[in-house]
Amino acid sequence: MKFAVVRFPGSNCDQDCVLAINSLPSASAEIVWHKDESLAGYDAVVLPGGFSYGDYLRCGAIARFSPIMTAVKAFAAKGGTVVGICNGFQILCESGLLPGALIRNRGLHFICRHVGVRVEVWNSRFTSAACTGQVLNLPIAHGEGCYYADHATLANLRANDQVLLRYCDTQGRIQADANPNGSLENIAGIRNEAGNVFGLMPHPERACDPLLGSTDGRALFESLLS
Amino acid sequence: MKALVTILPKPSVLDPAGAAAAEAMKHLGVEGVGRVRIGKIIEIELSGSVDEARLHSVATDLLSNPVVEDYTLHIQA
Amino acid sequence: MITPDTIAKHGITPEEYERICSILGRSPNLTELGVFSVMWSEHCSYKNSKLELKKFPTTGSRVLVKAGEENAGVIDIGDGWAIAFKMESHNHPSAVEPFQGAATGVGGIIRDIFTMGARPVFSMNSLRFGDIRGTSPQAATNRRLFAGVVAGIAHYGNCIGIPTIGGEVYFDDSYSGNPLVNVFCLGVLRHEQIARGAARGIGNPVFYVGAETGRDGLAGAAFASRELTEESKQDRPAVQVGDPFREKLLLEACLELLASGCVAGIQDMGAAGLTCSTCETASRGGTGVEIDVNLVPKRESGMSPYEILLSESQERMLVIVKKGQEDNVRAIFEKWDLPYALVGIVNDDGMMRVREGDDIVVEIPARQLADEAPLYSREAAPNVPVAPIDVATIAEADCHVALLTLLSHPSIASKRWVWQQYDHMVRLGAVVLPGSDAAVFLIREANKILAASTDCNAIYCKQDPREGAKIAVAEAARNIACTGAIPLAVTDNLNFGNPHKPENFLQLREAIEGLAEACRRFDTPVTGGNVSLYNESPEGAIDPTPTVGMVGLVEDVAHITTQFFKQADDVIILVGEPGDELGASHYLLAVHGRKEGPPPQLDFDREIAVQNAVRALIRMRLVQSAHDCSEGGLAVSLAESCLAGSLALGAEVALLTEAKRADVVLFNESQSRIVISVKPANATSVLSLLEWRGVPARRLGLVTTHPALRISTAAEVQEWSISELESAHATTIENVMAG
Repeated sequence: MKFAVVRFPGSNCDQDCVLAINSLPSASAEIVWHKDESLAGYDAVVLPGGFSYGDYLRCGAIARFSPIMTAVKAFAAKGGTVVGICNGFQILCESGLLPGALIRNRGLHFICRHVGVRVEVWNSRFTSAACTGQVLNLPIAHGEGCYYADHATLANLRANDQVLLRYCDTQGRIQADANPNGSLENIAGIRNEAGNVFGLMPHPERACDPLLGSTDGRALFESLLS
Repeated sequence: MKALVTILPKPSVLDPAGAAAAEAMKHLGVEGVGRVRIGKIIEIELSGSVDEARLHSVATDLLSNPVVEDYTLHIQA
Repeated sequence: MITPDTIAKHGITPEEYERICSILGRSPNLTELGVFSVMWSEHCSYKNSKLELKKFPTTGSRVLVKAGEENAGVIDIGDGWAIAFKMESHNHPSAVEPFQGAATGVGGIIRDIFTMGARPVFSMNSLRFGDIRGTSPQAATNRRLFAGVVAGIAHYGNCIGIPTIGGEVYFDDSYSGNPLVNVFCLGVLRHEQIARGAARGIGNPVFYVGAETGRDGLAGAAFASRELTEESKQDRPAVQVGDPFREKLLLEACLELLASGCVAGIQDMGAAGLTCSTCETASRGGTGVEIDVNLVPKRESGMSPYEILLSESQERMLVIVKKGQEDNVRAIFEKWDLPYALVGIVNDDGMMRVREGDDIVVEIPARQLADEAPLYSREAAPNVPVAPIDVATIAEADCHVALLTLLSHPSIASKRWVWQQYDHMVRLGAVVLPGSDAAVFLIREANKILAASTDCNAIYCKQDPREGAKIAVAEAARNIACTGAIPLAVTDNLNFGNPHKPENFLQLREAIEGLAEACRRFDTPVTGGNVSLYNESPEGAIDPTPTVGMVGLVEDVAHITTQFFKQADDVIILVGEPGDELGASHYLLAVHGRKEGPPPQLDFDREIAVQNAVRALIRMRLVQSAHDCSEGGLAVSLAESCLAGSLALGAEVALLTEAKRADVVLFNESQSRIVISVKPANATSVLSLLEWRGVPARRLGLVTTHPALRISTAAEVQEWSISELESAHATTIENVMAG
């Protein structure tokens, strides 16, 4: 499976995504520059973490207008798999490919640490290698990771099983003290209604190598491969 | 000619930075402080004629995020 | 037009002015005076320290670029790979504007690394502030500075995508009014990628790339050389604002540029901006460089040549391009949307010449300007050793309370509040997370594992600068040995007071000599570093703080060792002597309020034997955990080894020595001691191996499943629950900063 990892000016985790994906069997990844206009030949697109455009104006607000995003939108409209990680999730929300928005962490500090996230829905193309209720230990690193959407949108997300990951404690309990950034309903990752676009704040690419602690990120990538 | 776009978080959105500023003001003894919201002002210098409708659409599409922010547009002669 | 007052305001002495006139063969104009003022400031020329710095060992079989040659030193790490690393300070700007002062410090050191052709792979920092506890206005200021500096480092490092993986933070009232912000960066490159900051090739075009020039930090270099006063708060224009996004673009563009083969020389514009980069590249190249300030991209109008030359706007590079390659270079700058301009040319007359269109505004021989600043040997006060401590005058404290007091002292307490604000995981390299003795990082592109540590116990340095400096090096090497690595080289950041005061200059000289001796003994050449003087304010001078940044190499990923106990029934062994020195200890300071006594004495032979032994054991895969004894002594070391985050493990140890007093046994800071834990089956052979190597060692006890630390001494038995230790250690800084 061929992954395109988009590099915007200011993307920092593009190389990490390439490395992580390349370490999986039957997967390969390449960097695609944000000024390119074609995604032909790719099976999936990843928008990686970082600080595209320095997070100027708002996180992802300027990257959403990059030339490559026209192709990304078209790719998504045709049902292609699109994954946005951290800043990538922010870009997907800004561009309307996912509902809601990511705003400043409630604690006002940037946070870099491991957190627990619970898989809420297993039958999605992003979580099929995991099971419902499974707790994944994944790193977060963000200052603007608080997920917000209005009541109607949140109700819709619940009704359509669009919330794929929620922050939880080691026991899998969805609690306030397991919520690192104030996200409504502890939402850590969601998919669109059609089920082909996925955004999450934690970094699965940082949890693929046993040397780094957790390898729970593999489950998410492996879901895409199966 | 200047356009001023004032952007504030929607009332329904938690604004922890605003809350922190309110707390700090209360600590300094400022009385009667209610809710505080922190936003931004974007000042745009313009030449030629002003297309207000265009400015509104730029304010909606780029300068603010309608999911979490409200904006007001003010043209200064 | 130039009056004695103008000359004095530029920080130039009458003798220096005479020298300038003789170099030029005439009087300087005002712009030229400004140029000399920054190039001959302490910050740029090291005029008060250079003669002392010559005492450092700077050569070695691994040294590819020596200290003083370029912007950073370069060390070979094998298989054709090398590392460029350095540490620098941004103390004075951080005192005035902590967020931007620290942020731009990070930006500056990162540029020094990629200007060498290396891709920066990680950063660290060593920070010092006044005490943050309490309700006094000074404590509130210290908290504000601390929060601002950490936020600034986080902002810049996180945005540019370089992980900040380790460092240290100390709190002591000598830093009230004078915080220290020492930032370290390391990058990786192939030998053949080493780039030089020399203007070579007569006729080569000189390009400027990066942010437009504004009035930022005007004369910032001169600012760092005057003491801080209330008035200096008005110097806010001397503080620059950093743009890490712009620097990320600059970094990528420069690395691409260097890979393209189009570059003859490259230098970042740091202190003294365009002035420094122009004359230094000319001097190194043995050539001359001519630029036209009219061509320099500017973001403000009406800037004079003086302002343009002295501006310290951030994120700018000077690139000497091979003639004929201009279009390739332009294409790369345009790809990354970076402002750039062709601003000058390399010639052969050895002059730094600046034009404003057709007018020549500066014309100075480059070499004399860049390399021949007057050097001074200041007067050192006579060295008077401090009186030894009489233990009888130290009341024996309640050891139970004392350990908790030490663990909750902000200098010793967990710095989790700090490093969770830094992205330490980007680039998938931090194999050992912050919180252990030294950072360990896997550089994937080179398949090399590095260990790195920054160290300085400034109390030791205050009481005996020479011994304290030796210990700073020894401790760094010890921390590195505990990860299984072998030390390679050192970068130093010397933070001292006003060198014109003999007692301060004595400290500087003694510390440099101590560092030099230790670096020779540990075979860790000094690859470069930074000197920050005039760290004084109305409150007084800081404790002398010669910070050591040391880098080591781990040969096998299986060797990597952390400080935390791993499993119950592991045997805990003390490698080294139990010790008994309380002088200059944190126990004396934190529990008795006394900063007194000589620091513990360092025996190099013993220290090296202990480090070599532990490293050898680690390589034989016999060590489960290794943690050195430093501030707070053995008790703190044991407690920290229990605090991995899971409350499942404790320890039960006995140290039955002749010492009558429990506090002496638990909290002494004698050197050359490492606490290791080993699997039960290996305990006997480990002790035998240590005996065979002639290294003192004794079995202390066992790791247990009972969540408590129990220490028996001849005098008494003490027990602490892990949760009370954790509470003292983990939450102190969080609680203080939450207010």
